[in-house]
Amino acid sequence: MDKTISEKIISEHAGRELKAGDIAVVDADVVMSQDGTGPLAVSQFKKMGFSSVKKPEKSIFFIDHSAPSPRKELSNSHNMLRDFASSTGAGISDVGKGICHQILVESYVCPGDIVIGGDSHTCTPGALGAFATGMGSTDIAVGYALAKTWLMVPQTIKVNFNGALKRGVFAKDLIIYLIGKITSDGATYKAFEFGGGFSASLDIDGRFTISNMAVEAGAKTGIFPSDDITYEYLKNQGRGDCFREIYADKGAVYEKSIDIDCPVVKPMVSQPHTVDNALPVDALEKIKIDQVFIGTCTNGRFSDLKVAAEILKGKKVKSGVRLIVVPASRDIYIRALKEGILETFVESGAVVQSPGCGPCVGIHQGALGDGEVCLSTQNRNFKGRMGNPDSFIYLSSPATAAWSSIKGYIADPREVLEQ
Amino acid sequence: MISDKQDSGILTGRSFKFGDDISTDLIAPGRFFHLRSNLPELAKHVLEDADPEFARKVKPGDFVVGGRNFGLGSSREHAPVIMKIAGVGAVLAKSFARIFFRNSINVGLPALICDTDKIDEGDILEINLREGIVNNKTKDIKIEFRPLPEVMIKILNDGGLAEHIRKNRGFNL
Repeated sequence: MDKTISEKIISEHAGRELKAGDIAVVDADVVMSQDGTGPLAVSQFKKMGFSSVKKPEKSIFFIDHSAPSPRKELSNSHNMLRDFASSTGAGISDVGKGICHQILVESYVCPGDIVIGGDSHTCTPGALGAFATGMGSTDIAVGYALAKTWLMVPQTIKVNFNGALKRGVFAKDLIIYLIGKITSDGATYKAFEFGGGFSASLDIDGRFTISNMAVEAGAKTGIFPSDDITYEYLKNQGRGDCFREIYADKGAVYEKSIDIDCPVVKPMVSQPHTVDNALPVDALEKIKIDQVFIGTCTNGRFSDLKVAAEILKGKKVKSGVRLIVVPASRDIYIRALKEGILETFVESGAVVQSPGCGPCVGIHQGALGDGEVCLSTQNRNFKGRMGNPDSFIYLSSPATAAWSSIKGYIADPREVLEQ
Repeated sequence: MISDKQDSGILTGRSFKFGDDISTDLIAPGRFFHLRSNLPELAKHVLEDADPEFARKVKPGDFVVGGRNFGLGSSREHAPVIMKIAGVGAVLAKSFARIFFRNSINVGLPALICDTDKIDEGDILEINLREGIVNNKTKDIKIEFRPLPEVMIKILNDGGLAEHIRKNRGFNL
């Protein structure tokens, strides 16, 4: 039987032939949680009577959501995770190392893996050709204990990105455009498989951005076939030996196919309070902004910081606007530091914070005031997301965010990038 | 008390009606992140950003009734957990986001897919889990809900995933 990528990977991990709709208990290659979901996973692990972690070398706890800790309750939760990791041999990725999804792709996930994580954006490593999906703390606790989980093999939606994006338009715009088209539950329980000519040439950072936001359409995962670009990335991470070619069979059966004509996509925003409330920037009225945030597991990577710094070079953030920049990992931070990118940010008036989730989750490092408007490169703009239900979040690419921080309102980056 | 009712397969309570796209940020807001290690305290803020009075009004056995795509967003299991701690007997919606749905079953909170347009705020509902029927006693109409997948029925019947795993020393699905 010809298979989709999801059918292939799940069959391999179940040890039997499976097709969409089948349910199986499968081996999990990588299991992770973060400081928001890890403490409950640990207490569930103990409640089930387990004392050892099955695969400690690929079981990780990430301290990234509230790192460094802003209050004692969270400091205590962090210590609980450190103690548990230390006593079981599981990995701990501590304050300043970076966001779980970024560290997973830098150091842990290989093409063809099954990855389960206590964080909805665990779909991110799909960009490497892995089947990666988010779950709750109890599922993850079981994963730590048994290195197993149960899965229903999803139906797959094939998305073909055809043609090329125009200058000033990025992977973030493309995924917001796609979600705007199919809505926030258009892919619920389904997997995306990304293909088409543009997909094959898209750089790895762009693929991470797109896979990261698969869940914003309700999808279980969003997978790119692995190819030379995947191999180059893994090799640069010192992990070239874990490369495998992962691709769908020619006769794979898809639930449906969606064709996206890339050249028509413009710089996009998601307007409050849902990601599918999408609109091209040039169709917006003048939206004044109070805060701009460049970072997160969606857009805190090196190429994101680089394009933002190119726009900000020699310019100043508009008076009255706060620009916050958070690199997604320590490696990205160091590279941006060495290349003068962080200096550009600071000179422009930005605040550069330590690697982690930053203000995206509404805990610290940039909570919004009443009535305030934030333009962010994160993946989600739900009411209350950034710490205040009386504030308004727009989502965009790093280029749109950087240019808007200079203008003081949401502005089209083609004004500067097409010059 | 809730699990006793669940054993009989009949749940009875009042409806609290919410709209479409009730996110986990509305159910368990990130600004209370520090309370995740203190679930009874976090439960005092359940659904606060959708209805600030909800936690005060809800009584044990009441139902949360949503529209389309209930529970979208984060993987935080705390969302169904604090609904359960607050006394919610089941959550009904036209459709659920995947992770919330799975988490609800895992923590033993029935999540039922049915036509919630036929339910208004304050309606008295009697839910027969075995027969798959929501009896809207206020409106005197019966609404069918979609049966759960077999694996989820097993997990729910065991009292949630942790109990299922403890009882079987692993998966027995």
